[in-house]
Order: sequence, then structure tokens, then C-alpha cells
Amino acid sequence: MAETPVIELQNVTKTFGYVVANSEVSMDIRQGEILAVLGENGSGKTTLMNMIAGIYFPDSGHIRVRGKEVSIASPRDAFDLGIGMIHQHFKLVDVFSAAENIMLGLDGGMLLDRKGVAAKIREICDKYGFEVDPDQKVYDMSVSQKQTLEIVKVLYRGVDILILDEPTAVLTPQETDNLFAVLRNMKADGKSVVIITHKLHEVMSVSDRVAVLRKGKYIGDVSTKDTNPQALTNMMVGRTVELNIERPDPVNPQPRLVVEHLSCTSPAGVQVLKDVSFTAYSGEILGVAGISGCGQKELLEAIAGLQPVTAGSSVRYFPEGQAEEQLVGCSPRKIKDMGVHLSFVPEDRLGMGLVGSMGIPDNMMLRSYSEGHSIFAGHKKPNQMAKEVVDELGVVTSSMNAPVRKMSGGNVQKVLVGREIALSPSVLMAAYAVRGLDINTSYTIYHLLNEEKRQGVSVIYVGEDLDVLLALCDRILVLCAGQINGILDGRTATKEQVGLLMTSLQEKEGD
Amino acid sequence: MQTSASGGSRLRIVKRDSLPMWKAVGIRLLAVLLALLVDAILIYCIVNLNPVDVYKTMFSGAFGTTRRAWITARDTALLLCMSVGLAPAFKMRFWNTGAEGQILVGAICTAFCMINLADVLPTGLLLVVMALASIVGGGLWGLIPAVFKAKWDTNETLFTLMLNYVAIQLTSFCVACWENPYGSNTVGIINQNSQAGWFPALFGASYGLNILLAVLLTVGMFCYLRYTKQGYEIAVVGESRNTARYAGVSITKVYIRTMILSGAICGFSGFIAVAGSSHTVSTSTAGGRGFTAIIVAWLAKFNTFFMVVISLLLVFLEKGSSEIASQYNLNEYAAEMIEGIILFFILGSEFFLNYRLVRTGKEKEGK
Repeated sequence: MAETPVIELQNVTKTFGYVVANSEVSMDIRQGEILAVLGENGSGKTTLMNMIAGIYFPDSGHIRVRGKEVSIASPRDAFDLGIGMIHQHFKLVDVFSAAENIMLGLDGGMLLDRKGVAAKIREICDKYGFEVDPDQKVYDMSVSQKQTLEIVKVLYRGVDILILDEPTAVLTPQETDNLFAVLRNMKADGKSVVIITHKLHEVMSVSDRVAVLRKGKYIGDVSTKDTNPQALTNMMVGRTVELNIERPDPVNPQPRLVVEHLSCTSPAGVQVLKDVSFTAYSGEILGVAGISGCGQKELLEAIAGLQPVTAGSSVRYFPEGQAEEQLVGCSPRKIKDMGVHLSFVPEDRLGMGLVGSMGIPDNMMLRSYSEGHSIFAGHKKPNQMAKEVVDELGVVTSSMNAPVRKMSGGNVQKVLVGREIALSPSVLMAAYAVRGLDINTSYTIYHLLNEEKRQGVSVIYVGEDLDVLLALCDRILVLCAGQINGILDGRTATKEQVGLLMTSLQEKEGD
Repeated sequence: MQTSASGGSRLRIVKRDSLPMWKAVGIRLLAVLLALLVDAILIYCIVNLNPVDVYKTMFSGAFGTTRRAWITARDTALLLCMSVGLAPAFKMRFWNTGAEGQILVGAICTAFCMINLADVLPTGLLLVVMALASIVGGGLWGLIPAVFKAKWDTNETLFTLMLNYVAIQLTSFCVACWENPYGSNTVGIINQNSQAGWFPALFGASYGLNILLAVLLTVGMFCYLRYTKQGYEIAVVGESRNTARYAGVSITKVYIRTMILSGAICGFSGFIAVAGSSHTVSTSTAGGRGFTAIIVAWLAKFNTFFMVVISLLLVFLEKGSSEIASQYNLNEYAAEMIEGIILFFILGSEFFLNYRLVRTGKEKEGK
């Protein structure tokens, strides 16, 4: 290459304790390109980029920016070199306005030049096609707006190498398109953009070049136009992975859960679920789609007895060959005691589904410890169960009793899903079951859900990746602002149909 | 990249993953040794004494004679009981700072029975009634903040702390009622002649029962927290209330049940303090031990067996420093400085158990 890369890494190594996050990585980032850094979870993508952004400091190796050897010891050093990173968790002050957040930490005199800042923000927005209201408070912003603000914030600091860590994880398809359009504008302006991701279709649509990491090592790079999703997956995983999601036809579907007029009000008095009615059948996977925060969490929690519901709501459960049960008004313990096998994989894995400080066996007994009359909690069964889950799902952990908090996201989810499936459910609800998981683990989870479906379980799957929802689910229920905006057949629906139902509320016909 | 010790290198704090047992013990021993060294310099420079002699005196203050050793053991047992009482509440992340008050209420209940029932009940039965009274009193003192926390989510740290002052005033009131002799403003030694309601000598040792009770509580609490369903619920609630709700645990019930238990054990410690050691009651019956117990519980990371070691250390330091204060005619502050430095190093070593310092080279050309 005749041109000097804007950033060049040479033999960069970083370890955390005994874990090698990056080992002898050498790669470069070029002027005016969109580079996708692709890799499974725990492959060291974020760590590597954090070293460029000054969050971490490499144990060994060299970093050269525009041909000059540098030492980046803090995010400020990175800014001085024109490098900015947008993290997955936004670093904004909620009670400040957009402009105030941008001013925060800037050098300058004693006085704040609000007008000047606002003008410069507008200039940046016009240039790249952002929409930011400098006076809007962060707590009033949607996730996508916050992300935009983060990007404007680093651009304001004169950054010309922008790194984004899984920027689309929280965006709707439309918002993702907008983001990509902005990134392309930045590229046209000669800036270099790096996006960390594991979503292949995004890599294909936005990037110029792909750099692949696997288990902390640099595998290689390819031009996006010379590759395809299957080839990239093989590079990423190190072997051939089947990228098809099965969808067996439901066998003898029977109504299992009949939800009628379910409404919920948040403690703040906002109605988060409005008159939701649907039926979940045995032996099917019912997908739930929607922009985040449209009532998905409340819907599942209301069914599980964790969310108070408004009078008139009804959730009836039809077990095979027995009388129906009304679940509204029952606590989770009571639902369990009625003999309803309701499994629930909540969105917040460590904050609700598992106890982070406990090991696998202790987490296995979370849902069943109260069984029996002894005052002592038996450890034999949980130990047995833990062994089975670890063996069957291939959970990787240093020790069974190591706190699950210390395990990687994928393994945490395997433990949680494994436990819920081991309870032999008749209804299995899973919220964002593959969020943050790598391809391999995601497909393991899809496979497990299909396995449950085959056994006649009624599966309710709240997802965010529309491609997956369309490939996996028999029916897709679309929530919009706490209401059901339509139920589509998963086999015939298109991504655009679902996307439209997610964003614009349809007029209710008839009564 | 070469790591150089030149001006460009810098220290970074790195979190440890795990630490082998011997290293953890080693770091703590090193902390104690360093503390003794710093103390030695201080002793030599400020009060101009031979540090070795001072340390010997400290040791003899705590273990020098059989009687002293027994008193050290008695006080360790008492502190241990209180710390064990805090263990379930702290494990639940319920910051019970009210041990002091719970101890006092337990002590008043004990003294009340001791004074009023001495002539009615035989000694054995009297002891049982006293113990039950202290448990009920302490339990009640623990129940109040738990109910408020569960129903209205009040701040338990402030609530329990404030209840201490209520308990202190209550104790003053009782002391005034039970004054003996009249006008002394103290209760005096209760049942001095009959010794009714005093702990009997056990295994030929006057404080045998104190120690036995402390051991039983320590082992019992360890098993309760580790092996029972209730102990499991406490751990789950402490980790995350959302997870507890998800698992079907009634948080209100666990708060109330656990705080009754915590308060009851602290109250029971008040019973041991009155019936097993001082045989009187005053506002200083708890004497700040309820707060020292918080330090013990934290340092032991809520493991009751570690609490034994830490209680012993704290009591040893207290006895030792008061001995050097009197032996060398130092004022008490000098002795307390020595005690403080040792504690400082031990607490400081916690940092090195969780983190290590790594030197990384920072190469900047032309600077």
C-alpha cells in the first residue's frame, strides 16, 4: 500500500488476569473507509478498539497514528489524535441538554459560549445529515437520538477517526438506515469509520472492508465486495456454520394461553399496555416484535405475575386435559404452585433471571428451591441439573461455583435458558434471548426453542432482529406503543410490513 | 514494548481475577508486619520507648495472666455474638446500624427479669426467661425498621441508627427507675448476694457459657446462611430484589423475618453482656460494640468463621493498647494511635487483595 494507514497496530497484546483478550494483533485502518470489525462475542473486538480509544493500555505492541508511533493513555490522548469512540453504553448526563453534554469537558475559558456551540452543532448536523436539537434534554431523547448526540459530540471535538461499538444493537431498521447514511456521508468527507458488529447483513451493506477477529487473534481482512455472509461466518467461527434457521410446522396446535384485554399502568401512571388480546398455541413459536420499550417487557412480566395489571385483564391458561386457570392476580410463586409450568427468560439476565454472585448450581435452584418441606435447601438436585446444563449446552466456565457474573454473556444466557428449559415448561417466554450473543450461541438458542416447540410447548419469543423473527416464528405479534398493531403470519410477512407496524399505529377497524 | 522504570513509566491499577489462599493470607500478614514496623518507628520517635517491650506489654495485656486471657475471651465472644447477629441482615444488604440499640433493649429486658423475677423463679428457669425476654426485645427493635423498609421503603441505615438513640434514652429511663442504691444513678450489681440470673460456671470456667453460646451462634448462623432455604432467600434478596420477585420470594416477608432474627441475636448478646459479664445495666452496656461489630461483619465479608479471627484481633488490640497506656503512663491517645495504625494497614490490605499495581511503560519521544 502506497498510502500510509491512519492507524496501524503492530503486535498488540492485552491480557486481563489470565484471560488473553488480544494476542499479537496487527491491523490497519485506512483513510476514508468504513471498516467493519467482525468477531464473535469475546473475540476481543471491543478491547482492541478500546486500546485505540485510550480506555485500555496495551500490555505490549505498537500503535502508529498517521505513521507516527504514539502512546494513548487516556480518551483525551485519543481525542488529541483525532480518534473518538461511541460506546455501547452512552456516556451522557441525563439532565443536561444536547449542547451542554457537548460542551462538557471541552477546554476553554471560564465562560460558556452557548451560542457559538449551538451554531457549530448545527453546522455539523447540516454537513452530515444529523438531526439534533441543541436544547433538548437527554432524558427526553430516544435511544437513537442519544446515539446521534454521542456521534456529534465526538465530531465536535474534531475527530476524524470514529469508532462505533455495536451501534445498531439498539436501533430499529429505519434508524439503522439513517445511521448508515450518515456514516457514508462521513466517509465521503474523508473520515475513517470503524464499526464493531457481529451482524453480517450490516457488514455487507455498509462496510468497504472487513477485519475479522477470532478468540483474540487477528484472522485477516477482506474487501466487502469480494465476500459473502457465509464466507465471513466461516472466518469468524473458524469452521463452517449452517446459517439456516429451521421452522418445523406446528403439530396439532391447541390454545395454551389466552390473553384478553390485558392492560398495565406503570408506577408513573403511564399506560404501558393497552387492551392486549391474543392466543398463544401449543407447538408454535409466537414472535413479538416492536421498537424497544413498547410494552414487550410489561407483557411478559404481566403474564408471569410480576407486573400489576388493570382490572378487566385476563390471562387464561389451558393445560392439556385439565381445567383452565386464571393467572391474573397470582404471584409467581402461586402460579408455580398451581402447577403451571411457565418458564420465563427475562431480558435482564443478571438483574432478574440469575443471581450474579452465585455459581451455576445455586442459580439452578432459584426457581425450585422452595419445593419440599425440609428447612434445608437440597444441593444434590441443583448440582445434577447444573452438570446437565453445562454438558448439554456447552457452557464454558472456570468452575461450577464461580459467580455467573464473571462468565461471558453467551454462557450466562445458556445457564438461564438451560434452567428454564430444564423446568419442562408448557409455556416458554423468552425476551431478547440472543441479545449480545455470538452466531454460534444464537443458533444454539434457536435450536433449543425449536426443540421445545416440537415437544408441544407454546413459545413466546420477544426479538429485535427482524430477519430472525421472520425466519423462526410461526406468527409475529407486533406491538406499537403498548397495543397490538397486528399479528402477521411469519411465513408470508415481509420485513417492511413488520417495520411499518412497529412504527405507525394502525387505525382500529370495526367496533 | 520494554517496561522501563524511567520517568515515563506509570503505575496502573489492575483488578485481580482470583487469588490463591496462601497469597491472600500472605498479603494480610505482610500488612500486619508493616503496621508493626510503622508503629515501632512511631513508638521509638515519639515516646522514645523500645518497641519490642511495648509489643510484649500489649501481648501481656491481653493474654498475660489466665484471668486476662479469660476476659479477652469473654469480650471476644460478646463482640462475636453481635457480629453474628449482623451477618444475616448484611447478607441481605440491609444495613442494620442499629445493633447498639438492639443490644441495649435486650439488656434492659434481661435486667428487668433479673430484678423482678429473681425471687420467683429458680436460677435455671430464670436464665431461660431472661434469654427469651432479650430475644423478644431485640427482635422487636429489629422488626420496626424492617416493617418501615418493606412497606414504605424507608432508609434502613438512618432508621436503625436513630433507633439507637431511642434505645439509649430508654436505658437511661430504666436505670433511673431501677436505681440502687437510691441516688447513685446506677443500677449497681444486680442480685449481688444471691447471684440469681448470673451465668453459672461452665467446665470450671466462669465465662465458659459465654464462649459456648458464641460458638453455637457462630456455627448455627453459618449453617443457616449456607444450607437453609431461608438463607438462600436472604442471599437472593440481597443480590437483587428483581431476581427475588422473579423467583417468587416475598421480599416483605424476608425483610421482616431476617431483621427479627438479626435484632434477636443482638438482643441476646445484650443478655450475655448483662447476665454473663457485667451483671448490671447502663447506657454503656453496649459501649460502642454494636458499631465495632459492623466493622467485624464487613471485614469478615459476612462469613461467621472469619468473624472469630477479626473479633479476637480487635479485642486484643483494645486490651493491649489500654495495657500499654497504663504501664508506660502514656495518655490513651498514644495507645490508640498504635491500635489505629494496625487497623489502617489491615483495612488497606483489602485493596491489594482485589487489585494489583502494574507498572506500564509510557513511551513519549522528545519528552
